[in-house]
Amino acid sequence: MHAAPSATRPRSRQRPGDVLFSGAALAAGILILVALAAVTIFLVAQALPAFTANPADVSKDGRGFWSFVIPLVFGTIWAAALALLIALPLSIGIALFISHYAPRRVAVTLGYIVDLLAAVPSVVFGLWGITVLAPAMQPVYVWLVDNLGWIPLFAGPVSGTGRTVLTVAIVLAVMILPIITALSREVFLQTPRLHEEAALALGATRWEMIRMAVLPFGRPGLISATMLGLGRALGETMAVAMVLSPSVIISFALLTSQNPTTIAANIALNFPEASGIGVNVLIATGLVLFLITLLVNSLARFIINRRKEFSGAN
Amino acid sequence: MNITRTSRIAGFAAIVAVSTLALSACAANEGAAPQPTSTLTGALVGAGASSQGAAQEAWTAAFQTTNPGVTITYDPSGSGAGRKTFISGGSDFAGSDSYLNDEELASTFAACAAGTTAFEVPAYISPIAVIFNVDGVTELNLDAATIAKIYTGAITKWNDAAIVAMNPDAKLPDLAITPVHRSDDSGTSKNFSDYLFQNAKADWAIEKPADTFPFQTGEGAKGTSGVVDAVTNGVGTIGYADASKAGKLGIAKLKVGNDFVMYTPEAAAAVVAESTPVDGRAAGDMAIKINRTTTDSTHYPLVLVSYLMGCNEYAKAGVAENVKAYFAYILSPEGQATAASAAGSAPLATKMADEALAVVNAIK
Repeated sequence: MHAAPSATRPRSRQRPGDVLFSGAALAAGILILVALAAVTIFLVAQALPAFTANPADVSKDGRGFWSFVIPLVFGTIWAAALALLIALPLSIGIALFISHYAPRRVAVTLGYIVDLLAAVPSVVFGLWGITVLAPAMQPVYVWLVDNLGWIPLFAGPVSGTGRTVLTVAIVLAVMILPIITALSREVFLQTPRLHEEAALALGATRWEMIRMAVLPFGRPGLISATMLGLGRALGETMAVAMVLSPSVIISFALLTSQNPTTIAANIALNFPEASGIGVNVLIATGLVLFLITLLVNSLARFIINRRKEFSGAN
Repeated sequence: MNITRTSRIAGFAAIVAVSTLALSACAANEGAAPQPTSTLTGALVGAGASSQGAAQEAWTAAFQTTNPGVTITYDPSGSGAGRKTFISGGSDFAGSDSYLNDEELASTFAACAAGTTAFEVPAYISPIAVIFNVDGVTELNLDAATIAKIYTGAITKWNDAAIVAMNPDAKLPDLAITPVHRSDDSGTSKNFSDYLFQNAKADWAIEKPADTFPFQTGEGAKGTSGVVDAVTNGVGTIGYADASKAGKLGIAKLKVGNDFVMYTPEAAAAVVAESTPVDGRAAGDMAIKINRTTTDSTHYPLVLVSYLMGCNEYAKAGVAENVKAYFAYILSPEGQATAASAAGSAPLATKMADEALAVVNAIK
């Protein structure tokens, strides 16, 4: 309910509570900027030596920083994109089921279960990935390579352990599923009842109503949910480091032993024993990851702002 | 127009399970606690090889029980980082899977008295096992050249002629081999690589072994446990890991001379004890060139030797006594037995331990 502001309201005296709260809110706002700036300054300062150092010291093949980082960038985006490809349709399906199809009691329970999934630590997902998912998927991968090996994505030789980029993508998809589902569900529930009723009154089936009223209304929210999920997938470290059999290569093959690794996982694996310029190189890759996530988020915000007027939320 | 919006906010049920821990009062210490007689006090800071991590924890716990005045911390930050920290004076001692290189030896050790250098003694020997998981195969004989070919991708099937020739009795399937290596940097990879280079130069052209696995072939897995997991859960897998972590997996016998040798702690200690010191080292520097090409079948040449490093003469007063006592404990038969039970290492041979003890006793 929007209460119309009364036109004759006098300017209220600044009370101590107001001052205190606005100060606290301002401080909180500034603090987040300071934290971001601190991280940026640290990354740039520590990464600089990697850009200026002799290329021979930076990477093992002696071709310098960029030839080292580009496969990692590819791996990061590739794994996250695959995860999104799996998670997004599933999430929308679950969210629509909860918001528009399921009986109320089932919806609430299912909502809790999906939220619970978000609380599972990534290490646990990693353990599940290596001990359960990878061995279970391995025979499937063998079948795929044997029967669909002519598709470049499923080219052999098949991994003997199942610890491939596809397994990682599935683990990541499970990890980002809750966040996308929870946000989409909330957005779908916000659809104006009148829009839905109008669609139904015009003779639309439930699916047509969802397509005409719910999805257009929810699109910006859906995009931000997707981007939040993508952000988590891009930065996920432990699960990838534990599950993936990594190589520094660019390869679209999903089922082989040599998989493109991600920036975050590469840092986690190599930082403990890194020394000298190696530390700077790893931090420089961290800077690249930072920029990628920044780019993804800005893009999301841009898309949402651009589409605001057409969202049907008026 | 009156638009009503249904806004359902899903409530998050924060279930706080308050488990009332029955804080049953600890009964009076059972048994008589050993009366500490030590008068040592102070703090010792060490850093270095993660391979020694478990052993260092056990050593620290045991040492601090008998020397309650001393506090020891060991940061398993990695061999390279540990040496660097020690040289720059950030720690009192270091643990490292590699001995100091010439450049490091020539540097100034900040924790040591002016004009003096550091010593290094072997303290921790860990045999590395070649583990495998092939249905129906329980015993496997391999030589270095075959392992090198498997890891470089030159041999891809378990029923390859080279493997069959060494294992005439085994039922080797027509199955792809998945070699698993460490995806993180590790002294285990370095020693494995060195073993293959020394014994099969033609098939393993890695002259300078490094902590990073040198090829882009096979599968990578994180840490010893990751390799063991990958080999256990995979199909037709082979890997290398600290022998104590091999669990129930099959362990290959390695060709030494004309025999195939199974790892034992004794065989691992023996090869280290009978290896030659690195040339051109000062007295008190026990850097060892492991004799990987031994032909004595009582030796197991695929081992990792981890060193302890400290100052011959400490700049700060009071450190020397603590380091001396702690290192002497580590090198003692009790200390070595503690590591063997806590980390599965191979105790040092007596002669070598005595030699190391002499170096440690000379700390000033």
